[in-house]
Amino acid sequence: MEAIDHNSHAHATPHRDDTASKIGMWLFIFTEILLFGGLFIVYSVYRYYNPVAFHIAGEELNDFVGTLNTIILLISSMTVAMSITAIQKNDKKLALILLYTTLVLGIWFLVNKYFEWGVKFEHGLYPGSVLLPKLGTGDTMFFGLYFMMTGLHALHIIAGMTILGFVIVFIHKNKIGPDKYVFHENAGLYWHLVDLIWIFLFPLFYLIH
Amino acid sequence: MSEDKPHISSYASSIWILLALLLLTIATVSVTSVNLGPLSVSVAMFIASMKATLVLLYFMHLKFDHKIYRLMMTIVLLLFFAIIILTFLDYSFRIK
Amino acid sequence: MSTDNYVNFFQEKQGRKGIWTWLLSTDHKRIGLMYLYSIMILFMVGLTLGILMKLELIAPGRTIMGPQTYNGIFTLHGIIMIFLIVIPGLPATFGNFFLPIMIGAKDVSFPKLNLFSFYLYILGALVATTSQFLPGGPPDTGWTFYAPYSFKTSTNMFPAVLGAFILGFSSILTGLNFIVTIHRLRCPGMKFMKMPMFPWTLYGTAWIQLLATPIVGITLLMVIAERFFHIGFFDPALGGDPVLYQHLFWIYSHPAVYIMILPAMGAISEIIPTFSRKGIFGYNALVVSTMAIAIVGYFVWAHHMFTSGLSMVAQFTFSLLTFLVAIPSAIKVFNWVATMYKGSINVQVPFLWALSFIFLFMIGGFTGLVLGAVATDIHVHNTSFVVAHFHYIIFGGMGFAFFAAMHYWFPKIYGKMYSKTPAIVGWALFFIGFNILYFPMFILGLQGMPRRYYDYLPKYASLNAVSTIGSWILAIGFLIVVINLIRGAIKGPKAEANPWEGKTLEWTIPSPPSLENFEEIPEIS
Repeated sequence: MEAIDHNSHAHATPHRDDTASKIGMWLFIFTEILLFGGLFIVYSVYRYYNPVAFHIAGEELNDFVGTLNTIILLISSMTVAMSITAIQKNDKKLALILLYTTLVLGIWFLVNKYFEWGVKFEHGLYPGSVLLPKLGTGDTMFFGLYFMMTGLHALHIIAGMTILGFVIVFIHKNKIGPDKYVFHENAGLYWHLVDLIWIFLFPLFYLIH
Repeated sequence: MSEDKPHISSYASSIWILLALLLLTIATVSVTSVNLGPLSVSVAMFIASMKATLVLLYFMHLKFDHKIYRLMMTIVLLLFFAIIILTFLDYSFRIK
Repeated sequence: MSTDNYVNFFQEKQGRKGIWTWLLSTDHKRIGLMYLYSIMILFMVGLTLGILMKLELIAPGRTIMGPQTYNGIFTLHGIIMIFLIVIPGLPATFGNFFLPIMIGAKDVSFPKLNLFSFYLYILGALVATTSQFLPGGPPDTGWTFYAPYSFKTSTNMFPAVLGAFILGFSSILTGLNFIVTIHRLRCPGMKFMKMPMFPWTLYGTAWIQLLATPIVGITLLMVIAERFFHIGFFDPALGGDPVLYQHLFWIYSHPAVYIMILPAMGAISEIIPTFSRKGIFGYNALVVSTMAIAIVGYFVWAHHMFTSGLSMVAQFTFSLLTFLVAIPSAIKVFNWVATMYKGSINVQVPFLWALSFIFLFMIGGFTGLVLGAVATDIHVHNTSFVVAHFHYIIFGGMGFAFFAAMHYWFPKIYGKMYSKTPAIVGWALFFIGFNILYFPMFILGLQGMPRRYYDYLPKYASLNAVSTIGSWILAIGFLIVVINLIRGAIKGPKAEANPWEGKTLEWTIPSPPSLENFEEIPEIS
């Protein structure tokens, strides 16, 4: 077995290859990037066709909630990054506090999203509504994309929170510790990806008007 | 494939990165109140790319990890841009 | 190495009982074989559907089925053949079985994920199958699910599209597993540029699986969203652009053609040197051309859309890029032929399949140039010329390479040998039947016979009848081949560890391999 590890990580044991897990996670992140990439292509095509309508429709969205959610996600990204530092330094308590904070921030983001979507539904701005087609095809596309992209993003938030929940359980059970934290790192990478996508969604929907 | 000892980011560096990200967020929000016309999309995308780079390099550790991750990430992004450009070879030149 | 005092992977129980030793096994060899058996069963279904279509076309007018049934059958034929057979085809079967062995590893990097991929594959297949039986009727859009038809039709599109989505996910995870395995588990001394060609092509394929499949994934999700929420993404009435669906679909589905053909080229690059008793000619060029195909393959997708109303600039660019991708393919063909030149050729069954692969792939490739040039493509677009072209590439290419690989690695997998004479007879019928079946379709296409119609004008009758007869010859050849292989696996004579004098690592271990492949991890100098 030694032979496999000829060029490997200091932490790699015969049945564990942390570098492999990490490459695997990055590859999965690439897949996710291209999954959203498909939607960004659609967005750019329809924005190109309907610049004015997208401009006006974008003003329907609440900049304040968008900015707040951006800040929430950025802070949560930091808490996850710090929790990894904490576990590397064997500060289990701090790591857990930071992770619970992340979860709370994630829930806060979703609550804001819920109310934001609710307002749009109240105003009749949702795919298949009576009002939307009357506003014109540009608005239809804008709100179709808005719900599709933020909805898919919200699903990723939920998935990310689930994974972080596992990290918390594993830390409690000492399955994650200062010398075996690759799962924690990978969960962090996934959470940052969710943040990364929001960094682009935010200006595209809320700001460009 | 990997470093001999893992790089541990300090708490302070995470906070600094967050501050930078928040500053960029404020910048991009305040820029929208100024009417830049057709430039507004490019400015917003430029700031978003800077934020994304910070997240990738520091929070996602690309700066400290083995260079293969950076290489792969770059190739993926280039591929995506190439796809966008090729798609727009159609849309930009269509006769309406 | 003694072949008697070890337990091979068929015998190893892995601590489970009965069927579970297979169904829950994370051994890459057993997973590869489970894929192989699933694919062979599905291939028989797909082939039967194809023969039914050909039977309908034996004479003008309604022969055995009406238009709606015919639409349903060509859709199902496409879904089964593309998503369930040729895309997982070589990577999931021989890739799973031989990738770890050829790079000197005991398994893939993530064995459990590998098993999970397999069950996603089965789940995707089952979900797609339900589309045939639910009220509403079988999907009738063709395997491309073109919008706006795919969200307007009242047939069961949802399970078909969802099935394709799940299968895509399975494919992504297999690709991910292979990339990590190749990066992490190569044995000492196995540098990238010392890897055999088959792992190299799997590496290129895995990247395409990883980076192209999500685009079709999201596109299929958008079609589903469209059906349920009427968002309008691809609906012209709501401002959507159906051509954008075609763009997104082919951004994946053209690279997917290289998912199909690259591993086939890899298998051929193993077989040709073995039976020429020579090293492969121009290894570096083959590696570079593999990666070049993988990369340039991303940038040619819109040549499927020359009649969809693209801008002239796009037509010109995509046509040019399409011609570029012919260069690395031609390099490969040249190198295979150059490998045979002055070799000491040992004509065995796998070699015959490999030779016919080159022949058919060349015909498919040259007719591909006709389709890659805008002017000629517009003439033959949507005719049976296109159908003939891609069957020459996919069936004549990937399909023949699959059987070449099957006959090449068979003694290693089962430790037994099939009989040579029926294998050759089966191959000959298969090859002759294939050409009688598909070659007339080139001529019919040039004369203007459209694809995907259950009926045609009387002037196309004679060539269609010839084509149908070809499908029967092919089917007989196929049955002989498969029965001979099954018979060989059950009661064939014992095969030596290295019957073909192959040089790669899988031939250094006993057949069938032991659970861990190698007693000691090999070292390459």
